[in-house]
Amino acid sequence: MANYNAIRYNHDFLGQGGSLVLLSTFTSDGSDATVTFGDSIITDAYDEYLFIFNSIHPQTDGVFLTCQFNAVGAADFNETVTTTFFQSYHKENNSSTELAYSTSDDQAQGTDFIRLTATVGSDADQCASGTMRLYNPSSTTFVKHFTSEVCITQSGDSIMDLFVGGYINTTAAIDEIQFKMSGGEIQAGTIQVFGVS
Amino acid sequence: MANYSAIKYNFNLPTGTTNESGNSLELIKTLTASSSANLTFVNGASDVVLDATYKTYLFKCINIHPATDNVAFTINFRDGGTDYDATKTTTFFDAGHSEDDSTVASLAYDTGADVAQGTGVARLSRNQGNGNDESCSGDVYLFNPSSTTFVKHFQTNFQGYDRNNIHYSGFGAGYCNVTAAIDGVQFAFSSGNIDSGTIKLYGIL
Repeated sequence: MANYNAIRYNHDFLGQGGSLVLLSTFTSDGSDATVTFGDSIITDAYDEYLFIFNSIHPQTDGVFLTCQFNAVGAADFNETVTTTFFQSYHKENNSSTELAYSTSDDQAQGTDFIRLTATVGSDADQCASGTMRLYNPSSTTFVKHFTSEVCITQSGDSIMDLFVGGYINTTAAIDEIQFKMSGGEIQAGTIQVFGVS
Repeated sequence: MANYSAIKYNFNLPTGTTNESGNSLELIKTLTASSSANLTFVNGASDVVLDATYKTYLFKCINIHPATDNVAFTINFRDGGTDYDATKTTTFFDAGHSEDDSTVASLAYDTGADVAQGTGVARLSRNQGNGNDESCSGDVYLFNPSSTTFVKHFQTNFQGYDRNNIHYSGFGAGYCNVTAAIDGVQFAFSSGNIDSGTIKLYGIL
C-alpha cells in the first residue's frame, strides 16, 4: 500500500518526474553514536534505496564504518548476512599498493554489524565518502541484496576504496537500517537516503 | 511563493530536497566535445555550479572519443588557483577481456595508473583506441568538494575500448589532499584532443 512518502514525493509529472528522491538527510552534530533510518523511510515505496556518505569523520582512529538491518517487527539490528569484501589501496608515499579480497572483513551467515570500510583515520582532514544501495527491502519472497563502494583516508596516509556486497538472508521485510563506527562516535559528515523510482 | 508545479499539480515540493521536477539528481551543465583540448567545469562560469549548493556531484562521460590512438582519458582538479593541479593520491584497478576470448582475461591493480601525492592527472581509462567506433564512457562521483575541513574523495568507473580490441572496466578512487575547496574539474586525454563526446554534470541535492 502506498505510504505518505510515495504519495507526496512519487509524483510522475506527466512522465517527467524524478528518479532519485531525497527521503532523509542525517547531519552529524559532532557526537553521534548511531544513525538510524527507520520504518518511515525504508518502506515499500521504492525498489531501491541509495545512501550517500559525505565526509564521515570518526572520533576514534582506526575504526570501521558499519551498518546492520532490522526486519519488520524485530527488535535489534542483528539480521543474518553473508557478505563479500575487497579493496584497492595505495599509500601516499607510493610504498605499497594492493587489490585483494579480505577474508577478515566479510561475514558468513553472521549477525555482526557489517563492515563497509577498512580502518578510517581520525586526523582532522580524514574521513570516508561513498555510496550504498539496498534493493527491494520490502520483499517477503527474496533475500535482500545490498552493495557499497566507500573510499576512505587512513591514519597511515593512504587511499582505500572498499567494495562490499551481500544479502540479508531473510524473507522478512527490512524496514530499518543503522550506521555506526565500530568504536567511538561519528563526529562529522552527512548520510542521505534517496528512493530510486 | 507557489511555483508552476505547485499550482498546476496542487503539489508542494519539500523545500531544499528536490527540484521542480521532483528529482534530486539535477542536471547542471552539458559539455560536448568537438576537437577539444579539454572539457572543463568551473564554478561560476558558463552556468556551472560546483560549490556547497550540492553535497555530491556526478559527472557522466558518454562516448568520449580521442583524436589520438592509445591514450588515457584523465581528470584533474582545481583547488583555488587557476591551475588544475590539486595534490592527490589515487588507487586504480581494472578488468580486461579481449574480443578473441584468449589474449586477455584479467583483473589487476594498475600501478601505472595511480598517483601518490602528485599534482598530475588521474587516469580514468587506459590504452583507449581511436577507431571510428571506439570510445570510453563512465561516471565520476565527487564528494563534498566545498569542504574546507576534509580531503575531497572521488570515485570513478569507466568502460572502454582498448586499442587492441579489449574491453576494459576501470575502477578508480582517490582524494585531493587539500583542505581548500575544489571549484573546477578538467577532463582531457593524455595526448591529443577529445574528438567527440559528451560530459554531463549533475548535482545531487
